[in-house]
Amino acid sequence: MARLTLKNIGKSFGKTEVLKNISLDVEDGEFLSLVGQSGCGKSTLLRIISGLEAPSRGEILIDGQVVTEQSPKQRNIAMVFQDYALYPHMSVAENMAMPLIMSQLPLHARLPLVRHVAPSARRAKPSMATQVETVAKQLRIDHLLTRKPAQLSGGQRQRVALGRALVRNPGIFLMDEPLSNLDAKLRVEVRREISELHHSSGLTFVYVTHDQTEAMTMSDRVALMQGGEVLQVAAPNTLYTNPVSVDVARFIGSPQINILPVQSRPDGLFLGDFNLHLETIGKVSDLQLGLRPEALSFRGVAGLQLQPIKPGSIHLPFQKRMVEDLGPEILIHGCFEADPEIEIRVRAQKNTDYGKTDQFAGTHKLQVAIDPTQLLLFNAHGLRIQPTPHMAQSLGEVVT
Amino acid sequence: MSSISLSLRSYAPRSVWSLIGTLFLFLGAWVMVFPFIWMVSSSLKPTDEVYDANFSIIPRTFKGFENYYEVLFNQPYLIYLMNSFLVCCGILIVQLLTAVPAAYALAKLKFRGSSILFGTVIAALTIPINVTSIPIYVALAKTGLLDTYLAMMLPFFISVFAIFLFRQFFRGFPDSIIDAARVDGFSEMEIILRLVLPSAVPAIAAFSVFSFVAHWNDLYWPLIVVTSQDKMTATLSMMQYQSDFDTDYGRTFASATVVTAPMVIAFLFARRLFIRGITMTGVKG
Repeated sequence: MARLTLKNIGKSFGKTEVLKNISLDVEDGEFLSLVGQSGCGKSTLLRIISGLEAPSRGEILIDGQVVTEQSPKQRNIAMVFQDYALYPHMSVAENMAMPLIMSQLPLHARLPLVRHVAPSARRAKPSMATQVETVAKQLRIDHLLTRKPAQLSGGQRQRVALGRALVRNPGIFLMDEPLSNLDAKLRVEVRREISELHHSSGLTFVYVTHDQTEAMTMSDRVALMQGGEVLQVAAPNTLYTNPVSVDVARFIGSPQINILPVQSRPDGLFLGDFNLHLETIGKVSDLQLGLRPEALSFRGVAGLQLQPIKPGSIHLPFQKRMVEDLGPEILIHGCFEADPEIEIRVRAQKNTDYGKTDQFAGTHKLQVAIDPTQLLLFNAHGLRIQPTPHMAQSLGEVVT
Repeated sequence: MSSISLSLRSYAPRSVWSLIGTLFLFLGAWVMVFPFIWMVSSSLKPTDEVYDANFSIIPRTFKGFENYYEVLFNQPYLIYLMNSFLVCCGILIVQLLTAVPAAYALAKLKFRGSSILFGTVIAALTIPINVTSIPIYVALAKTGLLDTYLAMMLPFFISVFAIFLFRQFFRGFPDSIIDAARVDGFSEMEIILRLVLPSAVPAIAAFSVFSFVAHWNDLYWPLIVVTSQDKMTATLSMMQYQSDFDTDYGRTFASATVVTAPMVIAFLFARRLFIRGITMTGVKG
């Protein structure tokens, strides 16, 4: 159990700055994910936390103690790697016992040859064996203890790697994309197991992934990284519904959010020459309007027997291009029909929002309705603008 | 039955081209093997027959007993063998002790000047022992180490070839395993001993074979630094039957046969290791 604090961490490799002034707080027992595209610095940050890499600037504190200069061993952390990193010629039991041997036995009892006869090594053996067995039972790998890593499947190997990390009872549990090498089905299974492990152990977890689903489903909080900076740290749901910038909104959510370039004019918000009938800040400025695919629907479209139009919804002329049937829902790709011809993705529930599956089969020109309560506005630099009370009011008034 | 016919079939030429290929290989093998046959045949002959223009493999006068008796019992043959063995083992052990940590550092550790150091290793590969032999000889003479075991071993203690070979091999070792070991609390030496070395057994075995054979067969260096008979290596002992006035070629060949025998026998037992050693290191005599 431990609390982790990062203060102004920076890291440069030669002239390239991979981490810029990162400060983070991870509470005791919290599950924090570091998410971002490859090359955003998330793995480097994890290596800095582990002590495998030294930061160029800044401080790392564990439970209030500065550990920046300490070796990984002294920090009492455990780490799980993407490719499992098991010791290839050792059995599962030996793999799991290694952290115990290294932390509990003095150097002379670990020397080659001497270690087979050293009394301290012999005395410690039974207690280590029980510790290994307990953890192995917990992870349901106790029947594999005599096997070598090469004889295990991917999921089993990852469990052994988890076991090796758990057995030493670490303060902080670090994971570097532990599910990337597993197939899709197993990934969901191990994901659940890691979540359970987090709840049962109560340890502090720092989890690196490029997969937003993993981050969103397991974490207490997610730190979204880009270009060596943390863009936003928040609970998964907050990150989705309340992103601080366009970059965050773009990264989180699949299918991706629609970003429309709009202009605020005194008489409303315009997409090209199309008036969205939304009042904004008044003065002329370029803005970006973020619309999640599910904030759009075909409700209230003329000629359809669907649910009644929501008050205040705005209709955009929409040119349909491609339809993807995902089972319960449908993904419709198309674009805004007038200038600018911007791409728009709509996610619709099959029957309530889109009618019967092939109701629009022959129709390509549609009206798409925007749910005004779900739109996100960003300024020209991509930073979020909270809707003003004035604007919120105008949203309720507009009726088409 | 079926397995015999099967294995026979695998020797039968599959086409004209494979027959021609086999003939070529046979020719190549003959070129390799013939000197050995000549050596064994000559070791059974008296000197004048060795010189005879009418060569025959079967000796006309059989002097085999005398020649081999002379080599095996009229000189301390076992001492020579032991000297060879000691020198080869001594060289190999120190080579491994120095090369493995150096190669690990060059392959896996980040430090200032590592690429320059590695460049130096490569450059040193190009320098033959003949170039450095005079300075080394002078140094050994000045320190009074001539005619000792140490003198025979010293120039070979650090093998740049081994450093290069192991460095290439260690580079393939996954970094994440080393990282995991550091997190688990291994020291760098323990990483080498417990993780990297066990996975490098093929490379080490191959190099050991290579080094052992090279120094067993080495005539040049022992000839320079050793004078007393009790320090002579097996290979060097062959030279005893040669002098400026008279050379007993029958005995020299018998001696050569006896000296090569341990390596040939070892080869028969560890053929796979030898082959791996040479294929891993490229073609080199």
